[in-house]
Amino acid sequence: MAFGRFKRGATASPAEPVTLKILVAGGFGVGKTTLVGAVSEIKPLRTEETLTEAGRPVDDTAGVEAKSTTTVAMDFGRITINEGLVLYLFGTPGQDRFWFLWDELAQGALGAVVLVDTRRLEDSFAGIDYFERRGIPFTVAVNHFDGADVYPAESVREALDLDAEVPIMVCDARRRESVRDVLVSVVEHALRRATLAQQNEPHPAPAR
Amino acid sequence: MTDRWFDDAAGPVVRPYAMTRGRTRSSSDEARLDLIALVIAESPDGEGEAKPDENGNGNGQGDGGSSAFPADSRSHDDADVHADSSLAPEHVDIVISCRRAPQSVAELAAELDLPVGVVRVLIGDLIDADWVRVSRPVPPADLPDESILREVIDGLRAL
Repeated sequence: MAFGRFKRGATASPAEPVTLKILVAGGFGVGKTTLVGAVSEIKPLRTEETLTEAGRPVDDTAGVEAKSTTTVAMDFGRITINEGLVLYLFGTPGQDRFWFLWDELAQGALGAVVLVDTRRLEDSFAGIDYFERRGIPFTVAVNHFDGADVYPAESVREALDLDAEVPIMVCDARRRESVRDVLVSVVEHALRRATLAQQNEPHPAPAR
Repeated sequence: MTDRWFDDAAGPVVRPYAMTRGRTRSSSDEARLDLIALVIAESPDGEGEAKPDENGNGNGQGDGGSSAFPADSRSHDDADVHADSSLAPEHVDIVISCRRAPQSVAELAAELDLPVGVVRVLIGDLIDADWVRVSRPVPPADLPDESILREVIDGLRAL
C-alpha cells in the first residue's frame, strides 16, 4: 500500500514527479531501442505520430492529391529515479528527413546519447551536428558489435571531429550496466555545463 | 494473398483523427503538450485535492484495499466518467488510466495505440472539461537545476 505517501496529506498539493528526458540518436539499426530496453523499467513502448506531408515545414504541395501520410515511430522507455523524479528515454526517428520531429523531442531535453556503429560512422553525423548546433549536451557511445573491429575511443573522436568536452565511450547497448554508465556520463556532462553557465552568469566583474 | 490486406494490415477500423472529429489541434489554450508532460486525473466530484482524511491520495491510487476507501470506490469513481455522454470511449480510457497513476502523454499514446497528435487533442478536451490537468515538465528554457541533476546521477548509479 501507499507507504511513504502519508506525508503528502500534510502538504497543500501532492508532489507531482518531475519528468526529464534524454534522447537517443543514431543511424538505423545501431541499437537505439536495444539501449533503451536495457535500462528501462518497462518494455520499450512505441508511440507514433501521423504526419501529412503538408504538415512539414518545407511545404510546396499545392494540391490535396499530393498529400500523403507518413507514420513516424518513436520508441521510449522509463526509469523512475525516485518518487519525485522520472526519466524518459526517447529513441529519435532514424530517418534524417524527420529532423523537424527532433525539435519537439529535443525541447527541454536534459541531454542526449549518439549511438555509433564504427562500421557506419557517417550515420551518426546527423545526430552529432544536431546536438552541437542546439547546444544540447551529448555523449557519443560507440556500440560494440560482435565481429566489428574495436577502435580506441580517441581515434573515433578524431574521426568524428568531436570537441574535447564531448564524452566518448565504448558500450554494449545490450548490457544494463554499460548503458547506465553512458547515461551517467550524459547527465554529468549536463551538470558540468550547468555549473559553468552559472559561474559565468551571476558574477559580474567587480568594478575597480 | 499479397494483394489483400487482412486485420491490422488493413489499418485501423476507425481512422485515428475521426476520434477527434477531424481536429488536429487541441482546443485547450495550453501550449503543445510535451511528450513527457504528466496527465493527472482531477479528483472526482470537483472536491479539489484529496480530502485530508483520505491520506491525500487524490490520484486514484488507493487500490489494494486502502482503508480510507470503500472497496467499490474505484468502480464508483469510474462510473461518473462512463456516464458523461459527451466523452468518446478514448476519452474515458484516458481518464481511467490517469486515475490509476499519472501518465505521460507518450505513455497514453502508446497505451491507447493512437498517434500522439490524436491523444493531444483528446487530452485538450479533457482539460477543458476539468477531468484532467497537466503538470508541466521542467520548463524547456531553463534546464533542471544542479541538485536535480545530481539526484539523477545518484539514481542512475544505483540501478
